[in-house]
Amino acid sequence: MDPNYALQQIVFGLTLGCFYALLAIGYTMVYGVLRLINFAHGDLLMVAAYIAFFAIFIFHLPWYASFFIAILLTGFLGYLIDRGAYRPIRRSPRIGALITAIGISFLLENLGIVLIGGRPKSFPSPKIFSGTFTVAHIQIPWLSVWIFVVTIALLFLVAYIVYRSRVGIAMRAISRDIETVLLMGVDVNSVISFTFVLGSVLAAFGGIMWCLKYPALEPFVGVIPGLKAFVAAVLGGIGNVVGAAVGGMILGLAEVLIVAIQPDWSGYRDAIAFCILIVLLLTRPTGIMGEPLSD
Amino acid sequence: MQPPALGHRDRLLTLVSTGLLLFFLWWAENYTSDYTIRILNQIAIFIILAVSYNVINGIAGQFSLEPNAFLAIGAYTSAIITLSPEEKARSFIIEPMVWPLSQLHASFPVSLLAAGFVTAFFALLMAIPVFRVRGDYLAIVTLGFGEVIHVVASNLVKVTNGPLGLKGLPAYTNLWWSWGICIATVFCIVRLVNSSYGRAMKAVREDETAAQAMGINAFRIKTLAFTLSGFFEGVAGGLLAHLITTISPSLFTFMFTFNLLIIIVIGGLGSTTGSILAAVLITAGGEFLRFVEEPMTILGFHYEGIPGMRMVIFSMSLIGVMILAPRGIMGRNEFTWQKFFDIVRKLRAGRQGR
Repeated sequence: MDPNYALQQIVFGLTLGCFYALLAIGYTMVYGVLRLINFAHGDLLMVAAYIAFFAIFIFHLPWYASFFIAILLTGFLGYLIDRGAYRPIRRSPRIGALITAIGISFLLENLGIVLIGGRPKSFPSPKIFSGTFTVAHIQIPWLSVWIFVVTIALLFLVAYIVYRSRVGIAMRAISRDIETVLLMGVDVNSVISFTFVLGSVLAAFGGIMWCLKYPALEPFVGVIPGLKAFVAAVLGGIGNVVGAAVGGMILGLAEVLIVAIQPDWSGYRDAIAFCILIVLLLTRPTGIMGEPLSD
Repeated sequence: MQPPALGHRDRLLTLVSTGLLLFFLWWAENYTSDYTIRILNQIAIFIILAVSYNVINGIAGQFSLEPNAFLAIGAYTSAIITLSPEEKARSFIIEPMVWPLSQLHASFPVSLLAAGFVTAFFALLMAIPVFRVRGDYLAIVTLGFGEVIHVVASNLVKVTNGPLGLKGLPAYTNLWWSWGICIATVFCIVRLVNSSYGRAMKAVREDETAAQAMGINAFRIKTLAFTLSGFFEGVAGGLLAHLITTISPSLFTFMFTFNLLIIIVIGGLGSTTGSILAAVLITAGGEFLRFVEEPMTILGFHYEGIPGMRMVIFSMSLIGVMILAPRGIMGRNEFTWQKFFDIVRKLRAGRQGR
């Protein structure tokens, strides 16, 4: 293979990997604390993109203001979901929480169809995110640089919160033993709400970035990225923030490179992540950086 | 604890009520409209699906989202078997079908059995990696599998005819097939749930570690539950394919799974009786709810139909049930003739007391 072509594909792979990483960090954080697969994570991505879209087109806000509002409102929506749906059933068996999560995911998607309609909308692309530059015959989109910077910055922020801050200590303690944490006088509900808000904010960043790259915005836009982000989180070792970022990168690279080597398989692209998940569960279920599972 | 053996009276009553059901079906076939018959067929298929979905989600307690994928596998398997070689040659216009499949031709019952076994095989393939670790991943693996089935059905043109789908299936499914298989499925699953295997599944659901300490092989029990669910869902897929006579990849969306999830939650997770009741209720009610998506005039207000509103109502009711009444209609209780007579006696005593 032509080395320039290979390098170009690696750039595309890393870009896609950054998207998956960004989403996987939020997924893994919520799972790490609550042991709950938050199916609505991918749909929060969609909500954030729609809010940004309407802020720009209906309220004519500049892009930075509308992105900021979208992130803020999505964080608030995360709080509402936790408060309204997850908190009332926190004491019931785990299967109840999973069913509720699926219900919320489906509700958001279908509310999108009812309120906005299923026809794809074209997401605007501000000038600063478009265009490419060339380094040694390799074209690098500016968006790739942006997504890389945003992902790394948020990765450091989340890693700092989880591993260094007081609320992070509480989060990790809750994931170990919620009963004892309650006895220690920690306000478990606010810590969990905080986790959801942070997860939703990450989903919002991911959603806006995703729609800058793939501008066809429709209510089911978050389903496939959400599924793949979960695979990335398992790949990195679920619950581990840095692992999720590594897993996302690997998944993105694998998808792009496999299709680059075997163009015939491009139709099966969405199946690659699933095959990786199955092989992973068979060989190394704890992922690359995960701790051994206790139960 | 041994479940009480069926007495003579109970067995007789079950037979009589099955007879009444068959008489009703005969009446419906001869004296009602095609629309009613179609809904009755749908109800039977949904009972099969709900009762078998309940085995893995309710009885064994492993959250799974597989029905749309397994329906698709069952539907495609049986459709490929019942289509005649000439019909296949005619409808595969993008690429001809691969050789052994293109000549394959067998009767409807054979195709249903094949649908069940092929689907069970896929269930086994998924169960082994997932249950080696922990049940948590089952949800995401099965959800992902649904997407993969969609991708494969659209791309593997030589087998599935791609996005065009398979057309012109013989309409074999009638009330006798659908309700016959429905009764057989319910019978098998009730027997299973009351057997030692069923009790082992419930033990795993309540506390996996404790169940393993009692000598239950949790991996085997969960795999068994999932594979059995797969078998019956595959058969239901075959029935569905020969009811609607045209199948394509876009037919088997997550909507199916979601409807079934609502059914088993409203019926009461873990109750076969509840699954049956809710399947009837939701399938008939879902038809009824179609009105919210059609234009109409209420009290002078003209109301344009809102497409998708039905699913919003469904998802809200699912979340509502989980929060307000997580036990559903039946909880984990089952219908028995003894309880039925107890209730009748109580009602009669209440009336005499007045």
